[in-house]
Amino acid sequence: MISLNYMMLLSGALFSIGVAGVLLRRNVLVMFMSIELMLNAVNLAFVSLGNRLGTMDAQVIVFFVMTVAAAEAAVGLAIIISIFRNRESVNVDDFTLLKW
Amino acid sequence: MPAWLFIFFGALAIVAAFGVIVQRNPVHCLLSLVLTLLVIAVLFIAEGAVVVGFLQAIIYAGAIMVIFLFVVWLLNIPGTPAPGGQLAPKFIGAIAASALGSMLFAFFSEPEAAVRAGAMAADYGSISSLARVLFADYLIAFEVTSVLLLAAMVGAVALARPPKNLDAKRDAEEPRRDEAAAG
Repeated sequence: MISLNYMMLLSGALFSIGVAGVLLRRNVLVMFMSIELMLNAVNLAFVSLGNRLGTMDAQVIVFFVMTVAAAEAAVGLAIIISIFRNRESVNVDDFTLLKW
Repeated sequence: MPAWLFIFFGALAIVAAFGVIVQRNPVHCLLSLVLTLLVIAVLFIAEGAVVVGFLQAIIYAGAIMVIFLFVVWLLNIPGTPAPGGQLAPKFIGAIAASALGSMLFAFFSEPEAAVRAGAMAADYGSISSLARVLFADYLIAFEVTSVLLLAAMVGAVALARPPKNLDAKRDAEEPRRDEAAAG
């Protein structure tokens, strides 16, 4: 059995890489992928903690996170398509209409 | 799971996650993300979450990533030019991300002592044990999920459908494109 410490450290590393992707990349699709990466890092933490606690609730929550991620991906990508149709760009620096 | 296997998969997950954020071509980013998700699925299975691991491989790495791939192809993005733009936000972003990373490392360094290990059922992670919790304790959340998916589907179709006046605009542009193609 792998120590919980290492699992949580791996999960934290993946989450931080996802945060770095959202903050550093300008391509809206890659930012979206980084968000998926963060969701998965949290899922990994859920599963390993649930394993140590011996409860199934963590896995059920991971199941719901997956469902919400599917819904989020569908709506988010539709928004990206809709923006791309208007702006012909996927660079977030071009979507500054709401910036004051 | 032996330690060397965990080290291999952990290193693979981190390398693939870096691949998501450093590569130029979105399709390559996406393939790295699929690799990361598959490695995480393997780790799920190693942690006893067999059903969730397979769901991760089938739904996440399969279905959701295919939607991403369709959108990347549909948008037909020209190759990303060399990184430019303002450096200050990137600098601040890098500092913020590494600060968060080290904070998480400090926070997660000793959770083993904090967690009281519980007794694990013999059928831990099986479909029946997952279903027993899902349809008993989380039944309402499960039913609400169906409404969520329906709303997401309707919303996605409504958002991605071209506006009505776009057809007229496209018709007006079409002859010019044909001429350009012919010329």
